[in-house]
Amino acid sequence: MEIELSAFVQNVCKKYGNDKSRLIDILWEFQDRFGCINGEMMDLIAKEISSYRIDVEGVVSFYSFFSKEQKGKIIIRLCNDIVDEHAGMKKIAETFSKELGIGIGKTSADGKFSLEYTSCIGMSDQAPAALVNDVVVTNLTAEKVREIVSSLKENMDPSKLVQQTGDGNNFHQLIHAMVNNNIRKRGEVLLAENITPNAGLTKALEKTPAEVLQEITDSKLRGCGGAGFSTGMKWKMASGFEAERRYVICNADEGEPGTFKDRVLLTERANLVIEGMTIAGYAIQSQFGILYLRAEYRYLRPYLEDVLETRRKAGLLGKNINGKTGFDFDIRIQLGAGAYICGEESALISSCEGLRGEPKNRPPFPVEKGYLNFPTVVNNVETFAHAARILDRGAIWFAGFGTEKSAGTKLISVSGDCERPGIYEVPFGIEVAELLKLAGADRPAIIQVSGPSGKMIGRTQLNRKICFEDLPCGGSFMTFSTDRNVLRIVENFLEFFIEESCGYCTPCRVGNTFLKQQIEKVMKGFASKDDLQYLKDLGQTMKMTSRCGLGTTSPNPVLSSLEHFPIVYSTLVKQENDGLEAGFNIQVALEESRRIAKRSSMIYDPVYAHNENE
Amino acid sequence: MNKSVVFKIDGVEVTATPGQTIMEAADEAGIYIPRLCDVEGLDPQGSCRLCTVKVNGRSVSSCTQPVVDGSEVENNTLEIQCYRRDLVRMLFHEGNHLCPICEASGNCELQAMGYRLGISKATKFPYLQPVRPVDASHPDILLDTNRCIHCGRCIRASASVDGKHVFGYIGRGIHRRVGVNAENLAKTDALLEDKAIASETCPVGCIIQKRNGFCTPVGKREFDHEPIGSSIENS
Ligand code: SF4
Ligand code: SF4
Ligand code: SF4
Ligand code: FES
Repeated sequence: MEIELSAFVQNVCKKYGNDKSRLIDILWEFQDRFGCINGEMMDLIAKEISSYRIDVEGVVSFYSFFSKEQKGKIIIRLCNDIVDEHAGMKKIAETFSKELGIGIGKTSADGKFSLEYTSCIGMSDQAPAALVNDVVVTNLTAEKVREIVSSLKENMDPSKLVQQTGDGNNFHQLIHAMVNNNIRKRGEVLLAENITPNAGLTKALEKTPAEVLQEITDSKLRGCGGAGFSTGMKWKMASGFEAERRYVICNADEGEPGTFKDRVLLTERANLVIEGMTIAGYAIQSQFGILYLRAEYRYLRPYLEDVLETRRKAGLLGKNINGKTGFDFDIRIQLGAGAYICGEESALISSCEGLRGEPKNRPPFPVEKGYLNFPTVVNNVETFAHAARILDRGAIWFAGFGTEKSAGTKLISVSGDCERPGIYEVPFGIEVAELLKLAGADRPAIIQVSGPSGKMIGRTQLNRKICFEDLPCGGSFMTFSTDRNVLRIVENFLEFFIEESCGYCTPCRVGNTFLKQQIEKVMKGFASKDDLQYLKDLGQTMKMTSRCGLGTTSPNPVLSSLEHFPIVYSTLVKQENDGLEAGFNIQVALEESRRIAKRSSMIYDPVYAHNENE
Repeated sequence: MNKSVVFKIDGVEVTATPGQTIMEAADEAGIYIPRLCDVEGLDPQGSCRLCTVKVNGRSVSSCTQPVVDGSEVENNTLEIQCYRRDLVRMLFHEGNHLCPICEASGNCELQAMGYRLGISKATKFPYLQPVRPVDASHPDILLDTNRCIHCGRCIRASASVDGKHVFGYIGRGIHRRVGVNAENLAKTDALLEDKAIASETCPVGCIIQKRNGFCTPVGKREFDHEPIGSSIENS
């Protein structure tokens, strides 16, 4: 074993050129083969790639898909976002636990199974869902779980779980997933049926790089990940710095709970995305592209590799692309390892460099010093797809969709309490009410726009528009009906941020935990008015002092629910001088009678709503 | 020719060299900006956020932010003081701090910062009371991360001054902590003489030199007579 292990270490490290910036790839090979990366392995790997054990351990312990402790041959990861919870994940978890005979977070004694929770896996439109190693299982029921477990126990092969493939390209033999795309509305830009392959690239290569930059700028395209920075400006900046190399990185690490649009684009429009990256490569004169694929979407990797390979053979990647002498560009896929924060562009770059996925200090910005200190453009999957369409149809055509400051169409992932969860390609500026109607949400009470880091609004705000001028949306749109508990939703979001904070800076590392404890206090009915002020003050401190977007937005669920659902808080907060005992809670006291009366609309009654959801 | 940069901190005009950080420029001008993770001689890390200031209304960490000509920086305002107090409280509450029995008391930058910012009462935040194992394996050095404030000074000193990698971060989020480059400290190449182990490197009482504790009597400790930051303000 000793000799075997050191030979394995040498082989794997050599495969990646003993390059420590490829540490994530190296660690994946160990995790896959041994089910862990233990101290001995870390020592050996460090030696082989001229790094330090502590640095290797730092990376192993950062990503949730890596582990120092031995994991089962089959790891079942249950999605714990709020939509999955509402869809009955608790029951699913209990069933798995019972059938496998292990608790959550545990590995079975025979080393066959591990069972754990994981953050949103991008399947909220077919919740409850889980990952069985790389295989996605959706629309789970207790019965399905029992079948899954017995099938796994029989042959230990997760791929056998897919008996019927989902819609669209999910049937492709290299994808072969039970996932559904659920495209509910096709717009004219990204999901249109009549897109000519590579028309954008062909037209781009007829122009000079500067003309391409101008076209993108004129289109007023803004980054589709959420921040909304002007894409043209970003590309121009990156091309403006003198450098030996430049990089184009596609951010396919969509981890915001409730978003799954990139999953659909990568399944249905992979060529368009790669085409957009290639255009970016041409525009900023880069030769190297990286597609950073979140570990949760690993099931798409063989297909994406094949798309790249097919394009290479067709002369659309590699040397002298499409016959254009001197334009060389190729792309590699970098697999992530489970960390929401890597969706932040500088953290994503850290991860590509084989480091802990922590954001970098800025300035300098990635456009100046990005991947390995070279100028780097990082854009979202959707942004690149848009870029390819813009080059095909022109800036004016694109800017004709949407609003003044938010050009084009937007893919919105709708999930939660509605008839038709799925993907909607709509022009920017669409009213929340219209989207709800399209999706068939007949009793919307709470709407979470742009995921936990976005805004929570209520029924009085349905005329608001989805666009940068009003309610920006990175892609996640969750709707909850009247019988959901606002505070439990907030609490779930805080649990998510606690889990996903990188821990680098004080306010976000510690503040999220404090916020959650305080929300629990409110839910129990033990909070006073001062405690609400505490929530606001703490949220403000976190917003003002956190180092990156995660910490500056993580108080949003608390702050926006306080703003739009004050009544929920005030019914639970003890009135001053009310003569009642501290700790007495009228809602709790009334619970029994409500339960008997089967009263609904208890959005402010945590105990009641909890029991309902079980 | 490097033209100098002129900007204002709380209305006071400060002249700086281009490329300097706001904190460096402030230090030279005798204006103290509170800090815990930044220390002279090491590259800034930008993690404690104590040094947060507002530049033209936008908050940034002054230890990493370069000066901008003509900008207005807010430092010692009531608003920013509130944020800083919250941050110091967070650092106290995420660890286990019992000053009266701590070797660092009086020499501790966290404690001194608490005093400087006027935190004298029990606070509203919950105590997280972590249980982190103490590493006493090394013959000369004790590592007790229960008091760690994640400033990374030991990590940076070991890497950039000592040319070793004795320390590093492991874990993430609230579980992030300082680890060592082996199973335990004794198995690393850490030495008492390392800069990473020097008493001025760790701002709190995590890295302790054995057989050397409580040597300095109360009254003679670093912050016994003057608040933290005085040396900058009096320079
Ligand atoms: S705000 Fe701070 S702790 Fe949170 S993810 Fe960003 S850098 Fe990490
Ligand atoms: S490290 Fe500082 S703040 Fe913590 S207990 Fe010791 S003296 Fe007090
Ligand atoms: S051990 Fe000390 S120097 Fe190192 S990070 Fe913790 S507080 Fe900072
Ligand atoms: S001193 Fe600037 S962030 Fe700590």
